[in-house]
Amino acid sequence: MIKTDILIVGAGPVGLFTVFEAGLLKLKCHIVDILPQVGGQLSEIYPKKPIYDIPGYPSVLAGDLVDNLMEQIAPFKPTFTLGEKADEIKKIDDKLYQMTTDRGTVIQAPVIAIAGGLGCFTPRKPPIEGIEHYEPNGVDYMVRDPEKYRDKTLVIAGGGDSALDWTIELCDIAKKISLVHRRASFRGALDSVDKVMALAQAGKIDLITEAQAVGLKGDSGLSHVTVKTKHDTDPKDIQADYFIPLFGLTPKLGPIAEWGLNISRGAIEVNTEDYSTNVPGIYAIGDINTYPGKLKLILCGFHEGTLMVQSAFKYIYPDQKLSFKYTTVSGVNAFE
Amino acid sequence: MDDNTIQLTIIDREDVEHSIEAPTDMNFNVMEIAKASDLPVEGTCGGMALCASCHCYVMTDHQLTDPTEDEEDMLDQAFFVEENSRLGCQIKISKTIDGLVVKLAPVD
Repeated sequence: MIKTDILIVGAGPVGLFTVFEAGLLKLKCHIVDILPQVGGQLSEIYPKKPIYDIPGYPSVLAGDLVDNLMEQIAPFKPTFTLGEKADEIKKIDDKLYQMTTDRGTVIQAPVIAIAGGLGCFTPRKPPIEGIEHYEPNGVDYMVRDPEKYRDKTLVIAGGGDSALDWTIELCDIAKKISLVHRRASFRGALDSVDKVMALAQAGKIDLITEAQAVGLKGDSGLSHVTVKTKHDTDPKDIQADYFIPLFGLTPKLGPIAEWGLNISRGAIEVNTEDYSTNVPGIYAIGDINTYPGKLKLILCGFHEGTLMVQSAFKYIYPDQKLSFKYTTVSGVNAFE
Repeated sequence: MDDNTIQLTIIDREDVEHSIEAPTDMNFNVMEIAKASDLPVEGTCGGMALCASCHCYVMTDHQLTDPTEDEEDMLDQAFFVEENSRLGCQIKISKTIDGLVVKLAPVD
């Protein structure tokens, strides 16, 4: 079990910077994020894009901002649970929450700061009727263990980097792979496009372009994927042990919606004095919160996290006096 | 109507038509106009063609600029994609699209 002062949900820029402001008040932080890497949207959606409205940086690449934040918070030794979804919270006593992730990690803290951005990034599920029925036995939205597919027949759908990369990677493991893609051409990273084309020409994979997977069949588990191409009127059934749709990730609010917080249009309502929610000890900062005048900007999230930790300190230590200090005067005192 | 305004029609997912005036001199795009009109368009990535949450169908035969590779790549990751699919964020509000009709694509 992990114990900390502030449990931060979300390792985006706002969650990360909050570690710094908490550290100045000698509060320890642990961060949980569903993505396998830190940085949230900045790493997942636009790492190579410039941001122009971070004060003091005329321009900074999103990925570089994340790297800089990690360097800035390093003295305060944050700990991380990455690749796991913050799932359930329960109250242990008056001033202690316990969170369990979807993979069973247990974390206790008096304060929870939700910096969840747009929600948890979850795989996009194609709108194929009955797809849920095959989920436990034949549909995978991500590849966790390539060995699972040894000597199996696969239908992979999608045209992005991950569809191409996994087609190449699984080509020698699986018995047969059909790759189904919407267009005649691919974008992806150029190298992987060439490789996939070569595999198709060599007859090692079946490349089905200008096509979409439209149906799934099978009595107990999956047996066939129905694929419709643009030029054929009749859809075709392709034998498959596994259907692997790879259409990227999309943010969903997820389990946070079940935590008893006041939610308005997909965002958590907060008091702008300290970004507290309606539940004592739970705060919401960054893109996930809403209040009159809210702007979804990284710089606003930094401000919110800064005020929030002041309130969190008073909540955890109501009898202690909190004296405000400038970093220029007192420096950054790293944790042992 | 003044010179810097055009008329757009956005058909929502309940097939309700919304007639909207949009300014051409403020560098807006269709996604931003839809959001500003309180229509249910997420615009998750803020207009960088990095998500597909503003996916829509162009219902009129306006000559739009061809989709960029970035836009095609995102449409590859969208569902219910048709020949007339576009990302709203990549359609700039300009004189040439006066009278444009778009229909919001279903959400997944």
